[in-house]
Formats: sequence, structure tokens, C-alpha cells
Amino acid sequence: MNASATVLILGANSGIARALCHRLAARKYRLILAARRTEELETQAADLRIRHGIEVACEPFDALDFDGHAAFFERCVQKSAGGLEGVVLAYGSMLPQATTQTDLTAAKRVLDANFTSPVALLSLAANHMEPRRRGWIAAISSVAGDRGRQSNYTYGAAKAGLSCWLQGLRNRLFHHGVHVLTIKPGFVDTPMTHGLLNPKSPLVATPEKVARDIDRAIHRRHNILYTPWFWRGILTIITTIPEALFKRLKM
Amino acid sequence: MTFVRQNLGGWGNCPVLPCAVARPDSVANLGAALTQGGQRDYIARGLGRAYGDSALNRDSGVLSSTGLNHFLEFDPQTGILECEAGVSFAEIIQHLLPRGWFLPTTPGTKFVTVGGAIAADVHGKNHHVDGSFGQFVLSLKLLTADGSVRICSPTQDSEIFWATVGGMGLTGVILSAEIQLLRVESAYYDVTYRRTGSLDQTLEQFAATDSTYRYSVAWIDCVARGASLGRSVLMLGRDVAATDLSPRLRRSPLVLPEKRIKAVPFNFPSLALNSWSVRAFNGLYYAAHGDCQKLVDYDTFFYPLDGIRHWNRIYGQRGFVQYQALFPRETSREGLVELLERITRSGRASFLAVLKSSGAAGQGMLSYLFPGHTLALDFPNTGRSLLPFLQELDAIVLRHGGRLYLAKDACMSTETFKAMYPRLPEFLAVKQRIDPEGKFMSSQARRVLGLGGN
Repeated sequence: MNASATVLILGANSGIARALCHRLAARKYRLILAARRTEELETQAADLRIRHGIEVACEPFDALDFDGHAAFFERCVQKSAGGLEGVVLAYGSMLPQATTQTDLTAAKRVLDANFTSPVALLSLAANHMEPRRRGWIAAISSVAGDRGRQSNYTYGAAKAGLSCWLQGLRNRLFHHGVHVLTIKPGFVDTPMTHGLLNPKSPLVATPEKVARDIDRAIHRRHNILYTPWFWRGILTIITTIPEALFKRLKM
Repeated sequence: MTFVRQNLGGWGNCPVLPCAVARPDSVANLGAALTQGGQRDYIARGLGRAYGDSALNRDSGVLSSTGLNHFLEFDPQTGILECEAGVSFAEIIQHLLPRGWFLPTTPGTKFVTVGGAIAADVHGKNHHVDGSFGQFVLSLKLLTADGSVRICSPTQDSEIFWATVGGMGLTGVILSAEIQLLRVESAYYDVTYRRTGSLDQTLEQFAATDSTYRYSVAWIDCVARGASLGRSVLMLGRDVAATDLSPRLRRSPLVLPEKRIKAVPFNFPSLALNSWSVRAFNGLYYAAHGDCQKLVDYDTFFYPLDGIRHWNRIYGQRGFVQYQALFPRETSREGLVELLERITRSGRASFLAVLKSSGAAGQGMLSYLFPGHTLALDFPNTGRSLLPFLQELDAIVLRHGGRLYLAKDACMSTETFKAMYPRLPEFLAVKQRIDPEGKFMSSQARRVLGLGGN
């Protein structure tokens, strides 16, 4: 890897992204942090600079401001040293399923934040990397996208769409030397899930553990990462239950 | 900001209390938790290494600071680090030791936060030379009860500063601090081990080495009785210059090879630590350490127990209490003899007991150490018989003009606390001024201040 290669982190202040930034910084990448809460980004940037001695830039970013995406991405390319080596997509948004069933604006927001917006941004990234014939894209999808369940299917459908789109993108970019990683984390103990998950449960992983897995999967060019690993087994079981039976379950 | 009900304990797992815990990941969220949290009162909590109930708040708010762990500024010329309160000593070592900077003083675990270290005004093996952690805090930012952020230092709002250093989180939430790190040339220490046959010999050794060794501590065999009461293994350490290392280590004097970390996987059954196993351990430890001198890395020297994660689980589910007593130099011999005799007589020998000579008192109003000798012990929680026993020890400590350490205490009474901390009225005056409604409170504070409901 080129020592001055730049990685763009979209949604840099999520719990997983924060932990992943430390992993990437330890590999001496230059980082561009993008998120809405820019004041916190500056704090995060200072932290990464001091700990790892790398260059870090910040860029304000609103995932749902579709008209601003092209200009935003152009600014990021300008800030990179000779193009982006990697793009991490770490944002997403979850609303209670019940809300999305009655409030279509809310449903649309979930679909936009988890599907339309990632498609828009990662298309820009793909078109940037394709002619350069190098680089990688790592996007956080979800195990919720592997099968629709009554408790979370709007979010699940958006993530299913994203996972499928990433498969196609991987297929397209493989022929141009660009790698695409789909990340499917299980339960992760982050500030966002505080109170929703029991951090002591063996099913719940720390963001540090998940970030270590992601970092490894990016650099070993894995295609689809379940993290922690046992979620692959859990989802294999869930996806093989016949629909006639599955529809009767309360999941 | 969400508050989640959780049963929380300190490192001793005694007591374990139901608390409402919030985990803010930004200063803005922390402020919101404080103003809109809806809890009766709040206490900040770092990595939970205080042994007792210092960072617990029964049925009320606990603000976990571990998400506020950013380094904010570092000057590699002067070694001044500004960081958020949730940054741990382990993180500082990990990132700054390779650049030649170490903590100016450190307790026996690196898994403490900067905020907690200031609140407890922690000390380490170099207290007799360098003082406690508060001496190295240049300034701090404090979120106070009215929602404002105050910057205080020894020269700016110094009363609030010295009420906060050692103030156990009762003046507000420490957001960040500027600390002076220590320049080091290597990650190694030159350590001399000396075995002593009695308490008198141990105290003599401390007196003889206080001015010649920057670091010193004694492991004390608290099973030994009679003439060998207080026999010890002294560990005396000095910083090591890079040029004094072997050629192999000199290649990267500030970086240690990776070590395997062991862990205690679950709570041991309560029978695992009994008077026989403790006696055997103490006897073997004494026998295994002859007089010698060797080169030891910082992790082995400062943090022997950090190599075993969750070591507190050896005490089982009921946990244990730590007991750290400090005696002034004039009375320390008599005080220690009486205390050790009372302990050996009770058969409650401590698995690990550590003796240390202390230097000049810190300036914090509730700072713990003053010149003398301090003894740290642990006792498994044996239920109802433990408290009367500890109260007997309290009386011995008090009679000799000594005091107990708030970061370890779980049982001290209001009367004992007031008698041991003469600067308490001064502290309470500051608290009254900046926190008149008592918004910052812990279970320990309610107990030692006699407010009830701890």
C-alpha cells in the first residue's frame, strides 16, 4: 500500500467508523472524515492525528442532500493526495418498524438513508476508481437484509437492496481491479444501541472487534463479511427456513 | 440521551447497586444528559477501577465517560497532553511511550481514565519523590451544575481546581485536562529486590532508600506473625537510560515485544481463596524473591496484575473490599503493628498486601496521602461479619492519626470520614458554591457525608 493513500470515511462518527478509523490510521492511511456533526469531527480528527501521526481532513456531509453529493465528492477527491484509495460507507439510519408502517415519509427516509443515498455516493466512488484501476470500497450493510422479518423489514429491505447492489458493483469493478466488501455486522455495542442491547450478551460485539474484522477483510480482499463470524451461521439457518413456516414465526 | 438501568459494581464487586447509566459520546450529549436526564443526581464514571462505591449512584444517574476519550492536543517538545477525561492511561502509554513520554505517576493498573485519576488524585510508586497525579494537572475543564464549562488550574479558579483534584467527581464532570507527561529514554526500569525479616527492617529500608530510588513499594507478608511480622519484599526502581540497555533492547528502547494477556474467565467459587491458599501464596512469594537486581519492563514493573484480565474474579461473585490505610510517619510503626496483628489474629489474611512510603501531601482538599506509610489490603466479602471487623480497623487507623483512601473505600462511616479529612469543611464550602442543589452525588458521597440513601 502506498503510504500517502487516502481513505474517505462516510459517516465517520458512528461507533464502528470511529473504531475503524483507528485501524486504518494505524496503517498510516491519510483520512478524510465526513459526517453531519462537524464539530465532533474536528475532535476526532485531532485525536487521530495525535495518536497515529497521520494527516486527517474533515468534510461536512449530509447523506440526504442528494443535490450536494457530486460537489461534496469532488471536494473529497481534491483533498486526497492523487485520488481516493478507499471509501468506507458507515452511515445508516434505523427508525422503529411501526413508525415506517404508518408514516410513509419516515419509510422513505429509511430507504433513502440506507439505500438510495449509498447508491448515489458509491456510484461516484466507483466511477472515480474504475478508470484508475485500483482501490477498494467497503460498505456497511446489515444481517437484517438477509431475510425480511416483521419487526424490522423496512430497514431490512433497504439493506437487502444495498447488499444486492454491492454484489453487482463487485462484479462490475472486479474487472477493473477495484475491490468491493459488503459488511454485515450483527449486534454491536455502540452509543446508538446503548439501552437496546445487553453488552454482556455473547451475541453482542464491541466496535473494536468489528473494526478489526473489517480492517482485515478489506486488506485480504474478502467479499462478504459477517462480523462476528458466527452470524454467518445464524443467518444460514434463518434464510433456509421455508417461507411457509417462516411466515408463522414472530421474529 | 438514554439512561439504562444496570446493576453496577466497583472493581471489588462489593457493593453492586442498581444505577441508571448513560453513555454520552460527545460533550454535547453529556450536557444534554445532565440537563434533560431526569435523574435525581449524577456521578461520572470512568473504567470502574475504584474498588467500592465511588462511581456508583443507587437508583440515580451514572455518566460513563468512556466514549469521551479523544486526545485533543499534544506538544512533543514539552510533553504537555490535553485530552478528554475518558482517555485511559493504557491509551496514553500505547501512543506516546514510543515517542518518549510516560505518565508522571501511575497507580497499579493502566486501565484508569485521566478523569478518574484526577478525581481520586491517584498516586504510584514514586509518591515519596513526585507526589500524586494532581501535581501534574496543569488545567482542567469542568462541566458544573449550572451547565457552564469552567476552566480551572492552580492559578485560575484555584479553589475549584483543588476541590476537583481528589474531589471524587462531586464538583462536576471533568471534561478534559492538560497534563504534564514525563520524558523517558526507555520503557525499562532497573529494579532491586530486597527481602526484609521484620516490619522494623522494612521501614528502615524505606527510610534509607527514599532519597536514592525514585520508585519503591513493598509486598508485605501479612500471614507472618511474631518477630517476622511485617516481613517484606521491597522493590526499588530507577529509570533506565537507553544507553544502559543491552544492544538488543537498545534498537527499540521504547517499544516492548507483544505479550500474551491471560484472563480469569469466570468468577471463582468462593472457596478458591481460603486461609490455606492465601498462606501458601504468601509463603511462596516471600521464599521466591531473594535479594537481586534486574531489568524489568514498565508493564511488569507498574502493572503486574494488568497481565491477568478480570483478576478480581478470583474473589468470586460476592466480591471483596480493598482497605488502604495511611499512617503519619510519627505513628506509623505502632499503627502498622497494631493493624497487622489485628489482621493476622482474625485469620483474614489478605491475598496481596502492599506497603509504600508517602511523600508531601497533595494540595487537593480531599487528597489522600501525606508523609507517612500506607498499607493496602484486600478482604473477601464474607458477609455480615466483615463490617464490624473493618470498623475495628478504622478505629486503629483513626487512633494513630491516619486515614483511609476514598478510591478504595466501601464501608467508612460518616464520623470516621469527617475525623480523617480535616479539610472537608473547605471542600463543602466550594461544593455549596458551585453545586448548591447537590446535582453531583455518588453512593459513597451520601454515605460518608451522612446524607442517607446510599
